[in-house]
Amino acid sequence: MELINIEGTPKTPTVIMNPTTGVVEIKGRSIPENSIEFYKPVVDWLDEYSSNPAPKTVVNMQLEYFNTSSSKCILDVFKKLEQIKQASADVVINWYYEEDDEDMLEAGEDYESIIKVPFKMIEIVD
Amino acid sequence: MSLFLNECYTQMNQGEVIVAYKGCINADIISNTLNLIESKLDESVPNTPVRKKLYNVLVESLQNLFHHVDIPPDLDTECESNFGVFILSKVDSSFRIATGNFIKNSKAPILKEKIDKINSLSKEELKDFYKFVLNNQTFSEKGGGGLGLIDIARKTGNRLDYNFYDYSPEYSFFNMTVLINE
Repeated sequence: MELINIEGTPKTPTVIMNPTTGVVEIKGRSIPENSIEFYKPVVDWLDEYSSNPAPKTVVNMQLEYFNTSSSKCILDVFKKLEQIKQASADVVINWYYEEDDEDMLEAGEDYESIIKVPFKMIEIVD
Repeated sequence: MSLFLNECYTQMNQGEVIVAYKGCINADIISNTLNLIESKLDESVPNTPVRKKLYNVLVESLQNLFHHVDIPPDLDTECESNFGVFILSKVDSSFRIATGNFIKNSKAPILKEKIDKINSLSKEELKDFYKFVLNNQTFSEKGGGGLGLIDIARKTGNRLDYNFYDYSPEYSFFNMTVLINE
């Protein structure tokens, strides 16, 4: 499997997915008009990765902003991770939010309540 | 532009205007508008959580204009795709975001019903409604997730005020206004 490295833009996040280490990073802003198009390679990659995942998958979600169109795609990403966990691999999601950004913390809690994967909420303090 | 639109525009134009736009809406215009507003907010809104909340609501409002808009065939416009109106202003201690777009009258009752439902829900109920739609509803053909208005109501904690102005037997001009408290 190949490593994915998508550079961020003002409307889309940086995405790095390493099949060997099992580390997935999604960082930046996710506010494209068409988020399905952007997230398709990410979801496809996880699909392939799920057949032979690393012993431990660590996901670092560090979004500054995301729009509601992205929120559905992010849920799709998490649902793939849930499948990987159900197939008895270890999966952890680190959800980063900036100091005092209660909206972003709450968004993480929304996902945590839908997805059967443990979330770790991490506040970024300047 | 028609007298009708000018009247709607005037009614939306309240407070100390930060940015006002009337015209075609496409991905580039949205990007440019967001960049412009972001640089203005960096200077004028020192409170980061408020600035982020405002930016989030702006993104959803502008993208609503991109995803859910009809154009009357007789409208005198150069736009190939969407036409919309957008005004960000400061009113007392709040930011006010007003958006306007044409909508087919046949779609108006569904939109009205949705906004009335959102306005009737408590904070907790809105959260549950958001999670329900997130988890159960598929994307519309244009890519909207049906979550935009719910998200705006959640983030602002305020009512979504709206008006439908009669334009023709088939079309109305839909105006929505939200406040973000500073």
